[in-house]
Amino acid sequence: MKIIGFIIVLLCGGLLAYATSDFPYWGDPASPASMHVSAYYIENAVADTSVPNIVTAVLADYRGYDTMFETAVIFSAAIACFFLLRIFTPESSQSKLYRHIPTGITLRIAPGGKLPEKSDTFERIDSSWVPHDLIIKTACRLFIPFIQIFGLYVIAHGHHSPGGGFQGGVILGASIILFAVSNDLRSTISRMGEKITAFLCSAGVFIYAGTGALCILLGANFLDYGALASLMGVDPVSARSHGILIVEIGVGITVMAVMVSLYYILSSGGQLDEGL
Amino acid sequence: MHDLILAIMSKYNYWIYIVLLMIGLYAMMVKKNLVKKIIGMNILQTAIILFYISVSAKKDGTLPIIIHGPHAGHHPVRAADYINPLPHVLMLTAIVVAVATLGVALALAIKVYQQYGTLDEDEIHTRIRK
Amino acid sequence: MIWYIELVITILVIICGIAAITVRDLLGAAILFGAYSFMMCLLWAIMGAVDVAFTEASVGAGVSTVLFVAAVFRTSRRTKD
Repeated sequence: MKIIGFIIVLLCGGLLAYATSDFPYWGDPASPASMHVSAYYIENAVADTSVPNIVTAVLADYRGYDTMFETAVIFSAAIACFFLLRIFTPESSQSKLYRHIPTGITLRIAPGGKLPEKSDTFERIDSSWVPHDLIIKTACRLFIPFIQIFGLYVIAHGHHSPGGGFQGGVILGASIILFAVSNDLRSTISRMGEKITAFLCSAGVFIYAGTGALCILLGANFLDYGALASLMGVDPVSARSHGILIVEIGVGITVMAVMVSLYYILSSGGQLDEGL
Repeated sequence: MHDLILAIMSKYNYWIYIVLLMIGLYAMMVKKNLVKKIIGMNILQTAIILFYISVSAKKDGTLPIIIHGPHAGHHPVRAADYINPLPHVLMLTAIVVAVATLGVALALAIKVYQQYGTLDEDEIHTRIRK
Repeated sequence: MIWYIELVITILVIICGIAAITVRDLLGAAILFGAYSFMMCLLWAIMGAVDVAFTEASVGAGVSTVLFVAAVFRTSRRTKD
């Protein structure tokens, strides 16, 4: 099997290498990829939309339809993971581990037994708990607000520097995943629950498609942000810039919620009781 | 002979992408473990993205962000000064789709492990037949 | 396009790629895959694609590695080949 695989790989590689004789040189300004449409985008992006970052302008305004469906794709990936793995077991049929803090004894309570009440002497732990976690908890508690501020900065400054909706959304999701890794999964779920995450996933797609539908209601084509000028009271060029900002916020919300939801489902194997 | 060497050296971005593509394809075909196959799939996806990004580069071109600020004069923008931004846009979509596919693939791998107790392909074949 | 930086990072990318599929420990393969993502992000930043490099740094070297480690944690860590 390995030899067959190796021969197939060598054949494909040879065929691709033979095909490079027709390709243009690297860095050629007259290559066919740079000739036809992208010259129009470079020269007219600031005049049409007043956004200096050409990639953001093309992504959210000239090719906004693709971005809407890409947001729908990542939303459906979260739904697919949910349907594959999520199991709802009732609370009473799991065995739980408790630790008595003054003496350090660990109790294991079988399903159906009596649980200790909420008091300061008993805390619930995971099966992979280690006692040296004070440094990690404190350091991550210091980091997380700054990571979230940076994520919001990246979303808001997508017009003038590299960034935009995706990057900011992933950074915001990563801050919540950091909280879940340093503390345990149950305290993260008590702060950002599963239902709120699912609601935010669909809210972002709804904001994006809703902006497009609003443009239809105001008389222009789907996702033609110039029609929002009559609603906001500015000229059409600034209205396109504000429309790009609104859809980037929608994309950022969806991406954040999808990353958090994927982490919840994958790290607990579907049961949402203990994580990494 | 001299222009053969010249042809090879001026197109070396294509050689990089062919090597990475073949590494990813080999891992997907030959490796027996499911997580190794998923790693091979991701290597293949990033190699394709590298190909598109290398196509968009231009000699003496700068980043695709139009120079603005207090010292930029208001002269017209020429397309030959900036590198081509269109493949960047397509590849942003490709990266997001890659991470979505990775999430679903890992969920499938965990489900297979919960059902059959192993991630090795031959073991799964024997346990299915029982 | 400074050619010597690109040459070093290209060699590192190919070494990380081959190592990620050859190592027998799945946790090591996941971490090597994170390193591979970081090297690819540097390569794209040198070629001028800063938006794509930013996305790959946050997605590939951040969230993707965490999802791999979470999946390896829920399944087994050793592999035969």
